[in-house]
Amino acid sequence: MPVRARPLSPHLQVYRWQMGNSLSILHRLTGIFLTLGFLALCYWLVSIASGAAPYSAAMAVFTGPLGILVLCGWTFAFFFHLLNGIRHLFWDTGRGFEASQRRVSGWLVVAGSVALTFGVGAWLWCAGGVR
Amino acid sequence: MSLRSPLGTVLGTGSAKDGTAHWWAQRVSAVALVPLCLWFLWSLLSLPLRDRARVGAWLAGPVNALLMILLVVALAYHASLGISVVVEDYIPSKASRVFWLLLLRFLLVLAGGAAMLAVLRVALGRV
Repeated sequence: MPVRARPLSPHLQVYRWQMGNSLSILHRLTGIFLTLGFLALCYWLVSIASGAAPYSAAMAVFTGPLGILVLCGWTFAFFFHLLNGIRHLFWDTGRGFEASQRRVSGWLVVAGSVALTFGVGAWLWCAGGVR
Repeated sequence: MSLRSPLGTVLGTGSAKDGTAHWWAQRVSAVALVPLCLWFLWSLLSLPLRDRARVGAWLAGPVNALLMILLVVALAYHASLGISVVVEDYIPSKASRVFWLLLLRFLLVLAGGAAMLAVLRVALGRV
């Protein structure tokens, strides 16, 4: 049977960069990144049950320079995925689809996730770092 | 009465095979994760993390142990749903698609299972 050329969904390269596709792509990227964070959470929980030395080793990884950097990334990814996820749940009720509403909610998600990330940083700063 | 054409039925096209089940499961786990993640973040920020004994005592509390197990289950499930969609979208070859779907799901179940066992050991005092 001859295969007819079927219409393909537009691929990433042909999109003009704008709020909608940028945040959609970032939602996926943060989701993938947070899946790695889940594995780190599992490692941390196992280290609590494994004894003092494994726990110190895990905390050394998480509070090392690379660990802090990745944790900052997970913090932002978490807040972004959380807020954009709530945006999606709101859309699921059938509301907020007008162009102006999408722009406002998109910027709220971006501003909110940046602000909350710095909020966590400020909290830790005031608390004198990880105790 | 089926709304699908006989040809479509034979070719197996035109259906995602599981209807809206995946969509619903993703939403339900997302809603569950909102309070669970906020509880976990708040706990991390208020715990003396360098002190294993106090972290262990916190985790051994029945409410905390239960919430942590629920968090691990919901996270593993939600991550599995999401990462599967990414694999299905971007890996065209069926063989490697199935390979990656299996590998990532097994990895998430393995990690989540190990984490749950760890929480139970701490909560039951078997550390």
